[in-house]
Amino acid sequence: MNAITVKNLTRKFGDFTAVDNVSFDVKRGEIFGFLGANGAGKTTVIKMLCGLLTSTSGNATVAGYDINTQPESIKRTIGYMSQKFSLYEDLTVSENLNFFGGVYGLNERDLNDRIAWAVEMAGLTDKKGALTGSLPVGWKQRLALGCALLHRPQVVFLDEPTGGVDPVSRRRFWDLIFTLAEEGVTVFVTTHYLDEAEYCNTIMLIHAGKIVAGGSPRQLKTEHIRYPMLEVNCTGIIESLNILQQQDWVIESSVFGTLLHVSVENEEAGSRKIKEVLSEHNITVHGIERIVPSLEDVFIHLTDKP
Amino acid sequence: MTYPAIHIDNLTKSFGPVNAVDHLDLRINRGEMFALVGPDGAGKTTTIRILCGIIPPDGGEVSVLGFDLRRERQHIVNRIGYLSQRFSLYGDLSIDENIEFFAEIHNVRDYKNRRDELFDYMRLTPFRSRYAAQLSGGMKQKLALACTLIHKPELIFLDEPTTGVDPVSRRDFWQILSDLLKSGITIVLTTPYLDEAERCNRVGLMNNGTMMVVDQPKNIKKMMQGTVVELICDNIRAAYKILKEVEKVKEVQAFGDRINLILEDYDSGFPKVESILKSRNITIESSRTVTPSLENVFISLMQEGKVDTT
Repeated sequence: MNAITVKNLTRKFGDFTAVDNVSFDVKRGEIFGFLGANGAGKTTVIKMLCGLLTSTSGNATVAGYDINTQPESIKRTIGYMSQKFSLYEDLTVSENLNFFGGVYGLNERDLNDRIAWAVEMAGLTDKKGALTGSLPVGWKQRLALGCALLHRPQVVFLDEPTGGVDPVSRRRFWDLIFTLAEEGVTVFVTTHYLDEAEYCNTIMLIHAGKIVAGGSPRQLKTEHIRYPMLEVNCTGIIESLNILQQQDWVIESSVFGTLLHVSVENEEAGSRKIKEVLSEHNITVHGIERIVPSLEDVFIHLTDKP
Repeated sequence: MTYPAIHIDNLTKSFGPVNAVDHLDLRINRGEMFALVGPDGAGKTTTIRILCGIIPPDGGEVSVLGFDLRRERQHIVNRIGYLSQRFSLYGDLSIDENIEFFAEIHNVRDYKNRRDELFDYMRLTPFRSRYAAQLSGGMKQKLALACTLIHKPELIFLDEPTTGVDPVSRRDFWQILSDLLKSGITIVLTTPYLDEAERCNRVGLMNNGTMMVVDQPKNIKKMMQGTVVELICDNIRAAYKILKEVEKVKEVQAFGDRINLILEDYDSGFPKVESILKSRNITIESSRTVTPSLENVFISLMQEGKVDTT
């Protein structure tokens, strides 16, 4: 069964089409990654799926409810956690949970059960009385997740949940998400960090209001980048990039920190030509290695068109 | 030019009972891109603020660009740029006015050419009259960087510069950083994203106010004890649960369509993994050993008790 179905969904603001004929399905218990640059239409889709905005045309259902005619039922069935966590910094951990439980209309017994569950899940047992503002970002993140799950939502939306969270806490967070999904909760997540998108079962990429690619992380990497990608370690990165971009045998090239990623038709010939042309310009090549393209390479390939 | 960009000996700083920076030693070379990584509360931001002359150290010797932090603070401040986590832009000022403001703070009188050059270079020229509050995350980040560069610093500190910035803008930003590096500027940055740290010349893993490891990413990855194996199988979630309980498996990381395992000893560990999965009717489609990521190393150092977990 699908937790979310989206069919030809379109949303216009005046003359501007923010979401343009978008269709996709999200299975129950799936971790679904929704990726796109700023202004690509991500937020507009999420607002529609959360019952906060109606569509101009097309339709969608979330947990079986229609976004245009049953938005109130959707709001009761979903959880939402934003980038900013929306916690009250001057309330304690327990007080925040109590507050959100009240907002969701839980009765007292249920509320106590769920708060106990959330505190345990988030590893905050020793911190129940701590002021939320005093917690490290990673702990706040887990508390915000707990708040979003108090009413046992079937679908939870996580909008850039890990901004500024340190690597250890982030790993722990994804372990929690994994457990949730296994219990049957559908997780719809957006992130700007493509190494994180690797945790998703399915990824959908939106660009200029349209879906440009979708599939498992592996499918995206193998289906969209058809040419070998070489990682070049050399002196003068920017100068080298400029030189390589002028070569007609270079398919794509970009800077990756202190290294270059270069796509060529053939690994051996490409590697030889890169060495030749760079050494003609007195650039020392320290190493060239074939790499598996990362999701970031795929993203740039699909969206960075003028 | 024989001195390093940053030279720290035995630096300490505490806030009440908390030793934020605890006998820290560090050298950062001129012209390098250096990443400072570590868990929350490791002391990264405090270290940067001390180096920028914003807060005074309790003890230790610090020199920045050859100047002594205690005696020659103003010389340092004139030659460095600092981009804080929140970008510190004025939302109700235009792009142009923000730059003008920063130029005045730094006493740069003749900033107009420099400004135009930076705007062109960062492709901000068409948006000059726009209010900073109306810019996208990526444009704010570029404007904040332009403000940081208006006085032509030799060394810049960037504290989590890419948080909340989309991948395309982030790629642009890294290209600008590479360009700055080429012009000889030293860059010190912090990031919670270890794939970003991996792009720097050297990385320092910081914890509890001291440096655990400082080296090139490729050398840090060699410190990894054990082998990382990528496993593609049916029913990833069931396999994940099973493998978590296997003794020879140091760590299991489940991704959307694969699992990464860390085995202490591949030759004895992998056959065990194969037989356990087989006995539970899980079919391995493929497996291969992969180069550990910085994240693997970081988490593994932490599990060996060298880093406190939160």
